Amino acid sequence: MGASSAASPYGQQQSSANLADILERVLDKGVVIAGDIQINLLDIELLTIKLRLLVASVDKAKEMGIDWWEHDPSLSSRARPGSRTEVPGTPRDGAAVDQVEAENARLRAEIAELRAAVGLPAASAAGAGQDALPGRAEAQDVEGEESK
Amino acid sequence: MTAEVDPVTESAMSYVYAVSRAGTPLDEALAGRPGLEGGPLRAVRAGELMALVSSVPSALYGTEGMKAQMEDLGRLEVLARTHHAVVEAAYEHAAVLPMRLATVYLDDERVRGMLGEREPEFTALLDRLNDHVELGVKVYADPREAVTVSSGGPETDTAASPGRAYLQRRRAQQQNHRRTYRAAGAVASEVTARVAGIAAAHVTHRPQQGDLAQAAGENIVNDAYLVHGSQADAFRAALAGLADDTPGVRVEITGPWAPYSFATPPAPGGGGTR
Repeated sequence: MGASSAASPYGQQQSSANLADILERVLDKGVVIAGDIQINLLDIELLTIKLRLLVASVDKAKEMGIDWWEHDPSLSSRARPGSRTEVPGTPRDGAAVDQVEAENARLRAEIAELRAAVGLPAASAAGAGQDALPGRAEAQDVEGEESK
Repeated sequence: MTAEVDPVTESAMSYVYAVSRAGTPLDEALAGRPGLEGGPLRAVRAGELMALVSSVPSALYGTEGMKAQMEDLGRLEVLARTHHAVVEAAYEHAAVLPMRLATVYLDDERVRGMLGEREPEFTALLDRLNDHVELGVKVYADPREAVTVSSGGPETDTAASPGRAYLQRRRAQQQNHRRTYRAAGAVASEVTARVAGIAAAHVTHRPQQGDLAQAAGENIVNDAYLVHGSQADAFRAALAGLADDTPGVRVEITGPWAPYSFATPPAPGGGGTR
């Protein structure tokens, strides 16, 4: 919109239709006849409509604060403490997730200590180095893994 | 792409916007009005048909130039809006078959050749579309809106552990999500049922997504209906208030459009989107 559409001799007052509605008709509909100039509209469609606009839509959504999927552990591996913003519509959700993660960390530490106490090898996720300093080192290992 | 293109000295090609019957008011109505690149519109006639055409510079509208233009969203918007504006103006004067964007011929002689070749097909289509308009119907589902409308949101047990409370909220969200989409599906079937006796034809478009689909919520149905001009009001009336009592679901009607979505003979394999 804006500057670019001003270049159309008919301007926008001619039609209040939005660009998406117009593009889907002029690009995807209408009589298809082989003119002398061959344009692969499928290429164009993929390039312009799909890729560029889809990418743009994600950014736009983020701009508007609609990014909850990034911070929801059940939907994204990128959900991490610190990168969180408030979830629109459910204001207390962010805090609740923080609490859940704190709770998880406490529980992991507790499990590691218990394992060490009864002589079990550390959980596989903790990786190498399980011999020295079980308890606390274990817990830190797990948390280190988490915040990468 | 390259600057310094002088449309006068540069060889020109013929860009076709739409085809109509010759001998209608359209023949003269738009003559001289600006088309793409400001070139004046003209009618190219052959037999019973006429094509609405303007000259465009070969450098910009040849294969490479056209491709470059269409990959630039700013240019594409100008192309699309101008093409559409010409079609829309034409269609106020007579039934037209809108051409797909970027239908370009080397010269008017080639356009006449095309009209001659396609005459039976085009006249049949024009007869079918005469006096009809296209109306678009879009159905949106917006679970977030449904939440704000439904009283207070999910009730949470404050005594529960944070983990359990979180899961309860997630479940409530998912239920709301499912409910909204189910309701939108029901509204969509209701649309089809209510206009069944009014519309002459119906095609399904791909739901809109991405930056250009500016509306809130997710577009789940994006259909076009061919409606006789005298029935357009009845069509709108039939759908009025359809989703008013369904939070999170919205119905949007666009048009009237020139019959873009019906300008191609129905494919033998059923009316798809492609």
